[in-house]
Amino acid sequence: MEYLIGIQGPDFVLVAADNVAASSIIQMKHDYDKMFKLSEKILLLCVGEAGDTVQFAEYIQKNVQLYKMRNGYELSPAAAANFTRKNLADYLRSRTPYHVNLLLAGYDDTDGPGLFYMDYLSSLAKAPFAAHGYGLNKRFILNLPSFTVRLIDKEGIHDLEKLTHGAK
Amino acid sequence: MALEDICNLRNSCLHQNWLPASPATSFLMTDCYNLGLKGPKKSQRNNEVPLQFFIPPLLNSTSFLNRSPSSYFQGNPPVTVRRPFPLSHGTTTLGFVFQGGVIAAADTRASAGGLVACPEVEKINPIHSHLVVTSSGSGADCMLWERILTREIRLYQLRHKRCLSISGTAKLLSFMLHPFKGTDVCVALTLCGWDKELIYVCSDGARLQGNIFSVGSGSPYAYGVLDRELSWSLSNEEAISLAREAVFRATHRDAYSGNNVDLFHITAQGWHQRKRENLKEEYYRDMKKRAKKVEERKRMANELDTHN
Repeated sequence: MEYLIGIQGPDFVLVAADNVAASSIIQMKHDYDKMFKLSEKILLLCVGEAGDTVQFAEYIQKNVQLYKMRNGYELSPAAAANFTRKNLADYLRSRTPYHVNLLLAGYDDTDGPGLFYMDYLSSLAKAPFAAHGYGLNKRFILNLPSFTVRLIDKEGIHDLEKLTHGAK
Repeated sequence: MALEDICNLRNSCLHQNWLPASPATSFLMTDCYNLGLKGPKKSQRNNEVPLQFFIPPLLNSTSFLNRSPSSYFQGNPPVTVRRPFPLSHGTTTLGFVFQGGVIAAADTRASAGGLVACPEVEKINPIHSHLVVTSSGSGADCMLWERILTREIRLYQLRHKRCLSISGTAKLLSFMLHPFKGTDVCVALTLCGWDKELIYVCSDGARLQGNIFSVGSGSPYAYGVLDRELSWSLSNEEAISLAREAVFRATHRDAYSGNNVDLFHITAQGWHQRKRENLKEEYYRDMKKRAKKVEERKRMANELDTHN
């Protein structure tokens, strides 16, 4: 079970994701990064079906970068979120829907920090805090061993210390 | 053309490709192998012979004429053929990275349901001199996709005068498999490359880079042995014997893995294959060792008794 969480502060957004890449019951990797950098101040966190996550997230990532190359300026987080949602919605009723749950976190120079929650049915909500999955640590039957944590503020994206709940 | 007549191409949709009358049908054939690229590939490299000509005509090619190209675009396959037996993906393959390069090991049993279809399959195949791929899942699918990958890598090498990197190879394979996601194609390949990279690609779409991977029904048992003793600083001999031990333990407990163990060692100089070893001997050696231990223990217990 995968976990994403985001919290919007007054001038920052804090996001964390677990680090497990699993294939049925086996953990194939325990240092897997689920965050995709869309631009200097926008992060896309993506969980869901195995191949869909990387394919979809990379597709969005490359398109956002293409926008910057074509137009000379970057997409704002709200614009990127709406673009992502539109793509999800377009694929939803095709033969190949993408089963992915997303959190998009970014800092806009005019609007400030923003956190957007999207799910595989292409719903979109701007929220002060949002999560996907079960993040319980002591009570859940499947324990997630470690989490990557990142902070976005007006300076950009900062890596924070990795959280590891070992056998405590 | 006489050759066309002999191959019975005139009546099949392949004939359409010579005459650009219906781009739709030529599109269908292209999509099988050409990743959904736009336009039929009219081979510029082989005297303008369309690439489709190299594909043998399909038996029920007439059915393709009625299919719209959009169905191929979306990755929707034609009629799924029911398998006469239940498919089980019995195998143990593993790969890990250490200071001396990369080790790839696999068993050699191909099972079809409860039958050992072949006790001497090669599950590790080289792609080129510095890249080796271990396969698991459906045997036929793996063989096909390995060949397709080898072809694409070779073409890349000829076109760009350099080898594609391992992560590039993995990405290429992953994108080639993507149209078949959701169908019954089942391949789980681990690419083991010269610059200490190990990438797992599977037909679900997963593409993971890591230091240790084990795939197949015997993988939990192999992981158990590997996770305990693997470290970066193993010597070559230690790494090889660890890989052998892991495969041996997996084949001991997993019914769908067995027979022999294949070992490849990949370094910057290329891959090197060890002689295939029959695990039956390993098993007897192991049994003898255990029997000896039990004897020892009995003897020591007796001695203690006599002392007391």
